[in-house]
Amino acid sequence: MTISEVLDSRTWRSSATLQMLKIGLFGTPLNSIITMATVALLGWIVPPLVRWGVFDATWTGTSADCAAASGACWAFVGAKFRFILFAFYPPALQWRPAIVMALLLGLLIVTAQPRFWRKGLLVAWFVVVAASWILMSGTLTPPAVPSNQWGGLAVTLFVWSVCFGLATPLAILLALARRSSMGGLRVLAVAFIELMRGTPMVAILYVAMLILPMAIPNGQLIDKNVRAMIMITLFWSAYVAEVVRAGLQAIPSGQQEAATALGLGYWRTMQLIVLPQALRLVIPGMVNLAIGFLLATSLLAVIGIFDLLNAARSSATDPQWLGYYNEAYLFAALIYFLLCFGGSRYSLWLEKYLRRSERI
Amino acid sequence: MSSIVEAVPGPVGPGILRKMSLWWGNWPLTQVAVIAAVIALFWLLGHNTAETMARIGIAPGFDFLGRPANFEIGETPIAFRAGDPYARAILAGLLNTLRAAALGCVLATILGVILGVAGLSGNLLLAALVRWYVEIVRNTPLLLQLFFWISLAKSFPSPRQALSAFGSFFLTNRGVFVPGLGFHNVSAPTVWVLAGLAIAYLAFVAWARGKRSLPARRLGLATALLVGGIVLAFPLTGAGATWELPALAGFNIRGGYNLTPEFAALLAGLVVKFSAAIAEIVRAGIQSVDRGQWEASRALGLHRGQIMRLVVLPQALRVITPLTTSSYLDLTKDSSLAVAIGYPDLVSIINTTANTTGQSLEALTMLIAIYLAINLSVSVAMNVYNRRVALRGNGRA
Repeated sequence: MTISEVLDSRTWRSSATLQMLKIGLFGTPLNSIITMATVALLGWIVPPLVRWGVFDATWTGTSADCAAASGACWAFVGAKFRFILFAFYPPALQWRPAIVMALLLGLLIVTAQPRFWRKGLLVAWFVVVAASWILMSGTLTPPAVPSNQWGGLAVTLFVWSVCFGLATPLAILLALARRSSMGGLRVLAVAFIELMRGTPMVAILYVAMLILPMAIPNGQLIDKNVRAMIMITLFWSAYVAEVVRAGLQAIPSGQQEAATALGLGYWRTMQLIVLPQALRLVIPGMVNLAIGFLLATSLLAVIGIFDLLNAARSSATDPQWLGYYNEAYLFAALIYFLLCFGGSRYSLWLEKYLRRSERI
Repeated sequence: MSSIVEAVPGPVGPGILRKMSLWWGNWPLTQVAVIAAVIALFWLLGHNTAETMARIGIAPGFDFLGRPANFEIGETPIAFRAGDPYARAILAGLLNTLRAAALGCVLATILGVILGVAGLSGNLLLAALVRWYVEIVRNTPLLLQLFFWISLAKSFPSPRQALSAFGSFFLTNRGVFVPGLGFHNVSAPTVWVLAGLAIAYLAFVAWARGKRSLPARRLGLATALLVGGIVLAFPLTGAGATWELPALAGFNIRGGYNLTPEFAALLAGLVVKFSAAIAEIVRAGIQSVDRGQWEASRALGLHRGQIMRLVVLPQALRVITPLTTSSYLDLTKDSSLAVAIGYPDLVSIINTTANTTGQSLEALTMLIAIYLAINLSVSVAMNVYNRRVALRGNGRA
């Protein structure tokens, strides 16, 4: 290939892109008007934001430096970084939630890769969740830290993975009961699922706050955090159950009949034949649910648990750094966005991957 | 199973006991045991609750609803003063929730459809902008967005320095002021006449739909008659309606409608969050219609608007409607986050009630029952609508 050919092909490619852009932006008179209007809108909104967030911003220093400048105070985020990650966890022991976060994120990254989808992964989940709990509470490595001192991003990730992990097996049982030929259990499962799905999560959290302490013997002794986690697990299991049910419905009944004909009992049929196929089908749906659940953990702020959102908000109530709410919210939003956007991209990739491996 | 048995012609169908045992299914005793265990668990929890309530001296029951509630509510559609019964406070909270949810659904639908169509407009810049709007809104928590909106609403200037748009919308720290219709001297006859007009109009449309003959021109005529009737009804019954623009009067702004900062923030949060969801649904719905349909319609000589209205939308709606329904239900449930930003919605009032009376079990039971009832009625209404959309499609095909 000569140099001129390379140049030719490059100009050809860029002119094709140009052509596409030209049609996409100025193809018709209406399109040109829309482009102009959109540019005008962006020109009105973006420059002040950039000025506030970048040019007039204070990147390092104290709150006095920030007060002097007119832009955003990113120095605040730097000063409050630890608080937003760990909230009121005793500073000397913050290596514990740091390890827990690393463990949980590592577990998620491993879980995300189809080549690790084996029985061992279930064991890993069990071990990591148990280890996180032991580390956070410090039962084996005193001093113990009561769960009302847990907080920040660590608590958000912890509640999310533990509740989702516990809700899934419960949800599979619920979905099986709802699909079964046993009238009594079916009614029970339907009633539970519809009750949970018809109720806002805030109401469920209030039940954890106000009713559970009265209903459980010595309920006052159980921490708010643990009570909330019990109710969230029950609440999420109803949503997961509906996704699992969709997967079960997609498995032809011939599969189950064939398994019965081979002499397999109900549980072995489910465990060996139906569930492996059904769960594989609903993995993308589960990922989407998991993203929604991560966003939903922010509701813990309503009952005064210092999750990521609440920690960010209360970091702006520090008298030294009073009122930098916008910066705090933006930083929290960035963390949520990175986790969830990454998750939704992953879900798209996974769907494609699963469809491809199905065909082979 | 039972339906197969019934379909067999013969003198004897299965008896009622047989039917019941078929419905109950396998492992009857295990099921009884599981259900008994669940009942025992709930009995135990209930027993504990009753014991705790007795220990702290609270009598269980719904008597507290008639007792006076000694708190004020920031804003209510019905008159409420401290000292009115709890039942009225809860009703006010419910109406506040319904107001936010209904207005939120309408505005989110309008914005969502606009965004969805803008995303498909073929303009690359606009489509990219919509894409990013949807991604950012979808991937951050609603509660965080509400915190942002409430802090924005509270940071607006005082009414005297209000930010205004077109001289009729005002953003102030006392709320958002928008133009609206003001009614005077509305009497009972006015309401009756308006109700009669509305019923007559709906009856005509339903009747014409039933006969499957509702040309656009006749519908337009009926609508014009309705509007004319409404306009005439006011002076004839001695009532008046004027289009009020908010304007600065003294230290505050008067006229039009005033949305409190809390309500405006809640509404903004719900509308932004769910317009993104609806935009995605609209996009998915329109894209679900095969390209061949567009090409075939163009070959028949229809223009873009006709293709959209007659060919694409009726089919897209079958995808869009059920998904939008669940969005509406989610919006109604998520309006409960109002409690976090100080809007007196149902959850907020129930929480105050539970804290001031100590009757948290009863209060929360009411809360859950009310949300279930709302959810159930919306699902039923939407299912009826869904069936109609599907039937109409089949009838014309």
